[in-house]
Amino acid sequence: MDITIIAETNGNQLHAVTRQLVGAASSLGASPTILCPSGSGADEAAGIAGVGKVLSVNGDCFSTFDGGAWAAALDAAAGDGVIMGAATAQGRDVVSRIAARRSIPVVQDVVALSGGIKMTHPIYSGKAMQDVTVAGSCAITLRANTFPAAGDGGSAESATVQQSGDVKIAVQEAIAKASERLDVSDADVIISGGRGMGGPENFDKLYSLAEGLGAAVGASRAAVDAWDGIPHTMQVGQTGKTVNPTLYIAVGISGAIQHLAGMRTSKYIVAINKDPEAPIFKVADYGIVSTWEEALPVLASEIGKLQ
Amino acid sequence: MVEIAVLLKQVPDTNAKIAVVSGRVDESAVTSWVTSPYDEYALEAALQHVEAAGGSITAITLGPARADKVLKDAAALGVTKLVRIWQDGWEDLDSNQVQSALADAVKASGAEMVYCGKQSADRNQGSTGPGIAELLGAACVVEVSEFDAAGSSYLRPAASGSEKVTVSAPAVITFTKTDSDLRRPNVRGIMMAKKAQIDVVASDVCGSQVTFNGHSSPAEKPPGKTYQGSDSVPEVVGLLRDEAKVL
Repeated sequence: MDITIIAETNGNQLHAVTRQLVGAASSLGASPTILCPSGSGADEAAGIAGVGKVLSVNGDCFSTFDGGAWAAALDAAAGDGVIMGAATAQGRDVVSRIAARRSIPVVQDVVALSGGIKMTHPIYSGKAMQDVTVAGSCAITLRANTFPAAGDGGSAESATVQQSGDVKIAVQEAIAKASERLDVSDADVIISGGRGMGGPENFDKLYSLAEGLGAAVGASRAAVDAWDGIPHTMQVGQTGKTVNPTLYIAVGISGAIQHLAGMRTSKYIVAINKDPEAPIFKVADYGIVSTWEEALPVLASEIGKLQ
Repeated sequence: MVEIAVLLKQVPDTNAKIAVVSGRVDESAVTSWVTSPYDEYALEAALQHVEAAGGSITAITLGPARADKVLKDAAALGVTKLVRIWQDGWEDLDSNQVQSALADAVKASGAEMVYCGKQSADRNQGSTGPGIAELLGAACVVEVSEFDAAGSSYLRPAASGSEKVTVSAPAVITFTKTDSDLRRPNVRGIMMAKKAQIDVVASDVCGSQVTFNGHSSPAEKPPGKTYQGSDSVPEVVGLLRDEAKVL
């Protein structure tokens, strides 16, 4: 089976999910070709175990993001068979458009796949799973932190092609993040606060704890809706972000079903809530029945001791 | 003047439990159907755009008769052109078929801009906006969180933060939650909606390339441990370090 992976990059480097895409492709018995827009991360990609070939796709269109232009350029460079990308905002956009160009189906946010190709992806933000099979060519995106990453030790051949597409989106202004705080989508550890925090000012306690852990701070919909200081970009849940970290700490979050939908696949869940009946405890690996006022100082001091 | 097509999908209320019976999500157990939340933000943006620039909106949905409600709800906010696409077996259409059916309806509406949610609250795929854009030969800006009411610029996420972008018609804009308050219908709107006509269009896109194997409930986690009081925090931190090995 021919699989072409569209590299997910972070500036000039590969995003960690790219190795996971290679791992997933290898599990299907493929030696994938990796397309690197603008050649970003091409050297690293060639060294990933299992990679068949690395193709740097150079074109003017890659200086800014335009899903239509990128899809045109990458479609021209990609072979037949399976097109594979990461289920990020850009990945989903480009992969959907390549699928539409080729009249092949696209299946997004796949969390399990096997030969055939059989795929499983969450629906209703993880309240249920859907199993499908696509026999022929298709385009798929995979959820990050779900498939084992391929290691080093490869020595794939590398080549460069010139391909571009018509750019129709003009960037007028780039706006830097308001802070250097991690986004919940990228974090391996997330500390989220709910309305039980009492007010947005108390999220400072979560930020200082997050700093010590290298964690991102998230929030429940109830907190985002109630307080202006808590933006929607922090919202975890069915109408916010679906997250998949190694450790999720829920503080003052009761565990509404739409919140659970966005975080239940976290590897380990810690819940701190004063209400022993809160539904969050049903999904928590470690539940602590306590007010946050009492629990957080102890948590901060214990985490401080680890470092 | 701008002609905008807004794509609306009817989904179970996001607070609803989703039950799987005999390998299928049990829709008969859904008591409350709503417009998919991100689509509501797309509709609000379209209403503001038309208020600022003039023009009109066509609301388009794909689904069974119950989905008429999302169109009537849009009519109550002042949308005058309502289209429901209907096809037997619509639940199992693949991405190509859904996009083709919707793109055909957009073309028939004469719209030069398409506004929709970044993804639906049921399938969560996020393929429809970009896919339709490809079929229409249009640009697509995804996950827009702020916009100029006259449609002159849109704010989208970027690796470094966010970007304000401009785009010419034809274009598809997919919306995440925006800062706009969603308007509620007034009495006159509700009365108008009762009389609103829905244009039901039969679709015959065929040949799904995706075989549906079944739905299932997510794997249940084994029950965790619950501790009483903040005195237990050191023990939990110890377990996270030694048992879970995540600290």
